[in-house]
Amino acid sequence: MDLRYSESDLAFRAELRSWLADVLPTLPPKPAPDDWPARRDWDTGWQRQLFEAGYAGINWPKEYGGRGATLTEQLIYLEETTRAGAPYIGVNFVGMLHAGPTVMAEASEEQKAFHLPRILRGEEVWCQGFSEPGAGSDLASLSCKAFRDGDHYVVTGQKIWTSFAQVADWCELLVRTDASSKHKGITWLICPMDLPGIEIRPLRTIVGSSEFSEVFFDEVRVPVSQRVGDENDGWRIAMVTFSFERGTGFISDLVETDKMISELVELAKRVTRKGATAWDDVALRREIGQMQAQMDALWAMTKRNLAQAERNGVPGVGGSVVKLYYSELFQRLTDVAMRLLERASLSRDDVGQLVGSGSFVEERLRSTSFTIAAGTSQIQRNIVAERILGLPKDR
Amino acid sequence: MDFELTDDQIALQEGLRSFCSGRFPIEVVRAVEATGGIDRDRWRELADMGTFALRLAEDAGGVGLGTADAVLAFEELGRALVPGPLVWTHLAAGLVDGAATGEVVVTGIERDDASGVIEFPATADVLLILDTDGAWRVDVADLALAPLDPPLDPLTPVARLTAPLPQGAKVLDAGPAAELRLTGAALTAGQLLGISTATTDLAVAFAKERVQFDRPIGQFQALKHLMADMLTRSEVARGAVYAAGVTVDDPEVGPVARAVAAAKLTAGEAAVENTKTCVQVHGGMGYTWEVDAHLQLKRAYVLDAAFGGREHWAEAMADLAFT
Repeated sequence: MDLRYSESDLAFRAELRSWLADVLPTLPPKPAPDDWPARRDWDTGWQRQLFEAGYAGINWPKEYGGRGATLTEQLIYLEETTRAGAPYIGVNFVGMLHAGPTVMAEASEEQKAFHLPRILRGEEVWCQGFSEPGAGSDLASLSCKAFRDGDHYVVTGQKIWTSFAQVADWCELLVRTDASSKHKGITWLICPMDLPGIEIRPLRTIVGSSEFSEVFFDEVRVPVSQRVGDENDGWRIAMVTFSFERGTGFISDLVETDKMISELVELAKRVTRKGATAWDDVALRREIGQMQAQMDALWAMTKRNLAQAERNGVPGVGGSVVKLYYSELFQRLTDVAMRLLERASLSRDDVGQLVGSGSFVEERLRSTSFTIAAGTSQIQRNIVAERILGLPKDR
Repeated sequence: MDFELTDDQIALQEGLRSFCSGRFPIEVVRAVEATGGIDRDRWRELADMGTFALRLAEDAGGVGLGTADAVLAFEELGRALVPGPLVWTHLAAGLVDGAATGEVVVTGIERDDASGVIEFPATADVLLILDTDGAWRVDVADLALAPLDPPLDPLTPVARLTAPLPQGAKVLDAGPAAELRLTGAALTAGQLLGISTATTDLAVAFAKERVQFDRPIGQFQALKHLMADMLTRSEVARGAVYAAGVTVDDPEVGPVARAVAAAKLTAGEAAVENTKTCVQVHGGMGYTWEVDAHLQLKRAYVLDAAFGGREHWAEAMADLAFT
């Protein structure tokens, strides 16, 4: 077991850190949260900057424009960009972390050559058409149907929780092509979002934001050439995607969680109670110390997961463990923040001396999704119990 | 960076696991209750396996391995519930003659420990005392002790001091003694990790067998989720425990005390929470002396309190990370 970074890892970290220090102060101001065309430009502009500097797709192969680097460098990249407060991946999320890796693993050479470099350059935005009103945790029960009509699939149905649909060019779309089989009747399509018959209705989230939409398909004609893999093999392909999502996809969330602990300590040092600060209270220090210990342990575990992925090529089921643990840890941190803030939590703007109070309130609301999105904590526990511990299925 | 076990480390782990299952099956472990928590013959076999001399340099008669390796060994000892003051005797190797070879059994205490509780009073030969000035040795025979029966863990007998601790003979200065304390905490974390996984295995095996409402109880999500949490706690703690071992050996990778704090705290949490859950999964049987779950639970409490409990390390972590 070796936790030392190599000379080249250290050089990569130093070079990236200095690039970020140069570039971040020159970024234009962030657009308004609901101005989606402006947000698309801003996020894809950052993606383009990353690409030109050689930091787009750190672990993507060079032939598709990536850096072809190790997972350790990917870890360093995520650590440094998150710590430096670099722009969040934003509208590039689905393309970079979900559809892109799936296309790389399962699509035809033609599809790869077309999409992957465009995703890396920030020229394509993707959304995900997986969940439906009637198919959430039980995703394989999805019913958005597609039938063959010559060289086209004709798609009719509804998708939900589709992030960035209003500015996406492409949708990774799961459709029902065989009603007689549950898991083996699903097909994975690359659906252009400008086809006639697609209607997008934004939803308002608990935070008040509008990144999620419902997407309605009314006899939308998708060329058969847009299919990835075989007809009715879409479920297996979607599972490949999840193994990436649940594998190394959470690293930046872990760095965010770690950062959140430090910010919480800063807050505790500013909150005064009975003539002392909240941080003077040993009970609070212990509570935060415990969470920092858990965070450090989780980070160490992530390095073990990476070492395993580096050896075996595929991240293990350990991703479910990471997701379960960090999401609940993050929520506990925001719970502590709300307790510290008391009535200063009544606004999502900063209150008085408590700089950052508003963002804690926002994070408390936002983090309610962490134990729901990408597989609820209850589903993750089923996965751990059945696939790792080998407990019997209850269905 | 490659945070995976090396082939040698896997061999060490497997060697100890098969030694423990061969020489310390649970009947043997339970039987030491009658002999003050230690069976001298088995203790020497542990020494022959290198348990105590593992980190001692080869030219001093040791095995010459590191703390990262020792943590793996202690994980196996914890998994099998091997009784005795294993960590203290290991720490005493090279400081107290006969500790490394298993001839002398060494127990230990922090001088400022207000409880005055001594483990293995009838069978240990030497008491190691840690304080801010260093490490000291006293013969157990010279201590004034009164019985404290029954003990929490039937396999960890205890007595209490009836007079202040003697100063003892100095065996180590302050700096190395502080390092020894951290190593002791890391190895104890290894034992706790072993217990946390053994108790998960015990719960899962029971839940697959036990039938109620015409199905194995492991099919019920209410129980499945308890066990998923057991595995989660163990695997997260495993990261911290292995990292602590590596960091003690190679302090350039990070602050040692912080790595040990994360390990001892999360491993203690995993062991105590998981052993409690194992009792719960067993239902009424978990409440009996017959099922091993209580031995795991009791040892988890004993080791969680050793070398600084969770309250201590939580506060230490806050100080280490934020001041």
